[in-house]
Amino acid sequence: MNTALQKKLLDSFVEIIRKTSVDLPGDVVDAIQVGRKQEVEDSRGKYAMCIIEKNIDLARLKSQPLCQDTGSILFFVHYPRKLDGELLGKLFRKAVVAATKEGYLRQNSVDSLTGKNNGTNLGPGTPTLHLEPWGKDFFDIRLILKGGGCENVGAQYSLPDSRIGAGRDLAGVKKCLLDAVQQAQGKGCGPGVLGVTIGGDRATGYLHTKEQFLRKMGDKNKIPELAKLEEEVLQEANQLGIGPMGFGGKTTLMGVKVGVLNRLPASFFVSVSYMCWAYRRQGAKVSAKGEIQKWLY
Amino acid sequence: MIRLEAPFTEDKIRALKVGDMVEISGIVYTGRDAVHKWLHEGNTPPVSLQDAIIYHCGPVVMKKKGKWVVTAAGPTTSTREEPYQAGIIEKHGLRAVIGKGGMGEKTRQACQKFGCVYLHAVGGAAQVLAESIKEVENVYMLEKFGSPEAIWQLRVESFPVVVTIDAHGNSLHKEVEASSAEKLSGLMAAIKK
Repeated sequence: MNTALQKKLLDSFVEIIRKTSVDLPGDVVDAIQVGRKQEVEDSRGKYAMCIIEKNIDLARLKSQPLCQDTGSILFFVHYPRKLDGELLGKLFRKAVVAATKEGYLRQNSVDSLTGKNNGTNLGPGTPTLHLEPWGKDFFDIRLILKGGGCENVGAQYSLPDSRIGAGRDLAGVKKCLLDAVQQAQGKGCGPGVLGVTIGGDRATGYLHTKEQFLRKMGDKNKIPELAKLEEEVLQEANQLGIGPMGFGGKTTLMGVKVGVLNRLPASFFVSVSYMCWAYRRQGAKVSAKGEIQKWLY
Repeated sequence: MIRLEAPFTEDKIRALKVGDMVEISGIVYTGRDAVHKWLHEGNTPPVSLQDAIIYHCGPVVMKKKGKWVVTAAGPTTSTREEPYQAGIIEKHGLRAVIGKGGMGEKTRQACQKFGCVYLHAVGGAAQVLAESIKEVENVYMLEKFGSPEAIWQLRVESFPVVVTIDAHGNSLHKEVEASSAEKLSGLMAAIKK
């Protein structure tokens, strides 16, 4: 990669970070609008949803982070196989440092032993880069920024679970999901979206929950049993009455996305990640010349 | 909509009820983990907190043309201050605590006993909340604690919150948790294999 191409790619990567941090994707904005409309007039839930919508507009207008916790930085990238993956990794890290300097990302990476923050967002485990080469001659770059408040209310169940009476079947999975939503209350900055994995090990299970957040709000699961589960959990969780911010109301969840992985005979994990209303997800098709050709959401 | 304006007297605070939607105008002081631990250790605050409002927030503050300007100011999770909050309400005479996610039993009891409320801001709404901060009047403990943890004296106008713990022993968090738990057990019982 020559210097000109590196520069072009760097600029595109920074722009993807900027847009992700300041501008929610259209499908999420639509879901928030549906939530606002279904909350009762003059209720606390409606009040919260109106503030949320105002905040989304204001952040886009001012090109400033819509939430000050710009979260974990999760890149999911496919790149043309002929390019140098190691160098691309360096460019992504450079883009993170630049976006932090510009104020699109908060200085958000803390040394877990010393408590020190070097202000760059670089460190062991941050940012998270999933780089995969492919045979096409363009990039598919997707980014999720996930805040700490919602990450804290994620949960992992090992079935069977006697506390909630959940066995190793879809009924048991459903119990886990409803329990996770009730446990989270408003602490994850709802109304939220669940990313779920049935199976896998403890690590791959959680990773796959994050990949569920790459799906669009309105899509339908290709596996009929899971499509049914997603619909049922969404509908039933919204009967819990937790509402926006836990203020009470009709909109507790905006979506449920379930994936499935093989498991060991001895294990049956259900992993649940909670995404807050500030569901920052973007993606772009970037040409081999480094130019953003199309936004994916 | 209820307008809560300075001075924040005990009467005004005791008049608020759980579920009230409130817009605050006046001075609020930010204070998060470092400040709470430090006050808990018995240190004297650099400014009196009698009848004051403390905001659990680590704002992003920039210096523009020699003046401090807040560019993002959403609430942070309040439960981390649960071990300290009740004692600080009692000792320093706080009238309100702003944050997100709610607080526990000790804080609820201190609010009732000493005439304080917990006000829930909308988590993540950093831009809307920054807009209602009209001026940074002062900053304390900036050197010692660093910018996000310092005590910022902010003048706010129509700062939107919901009362979720009032001075009469009520907690919306407790209510929603109990009603959702009851609903959950009904839903769980109806799940068939």
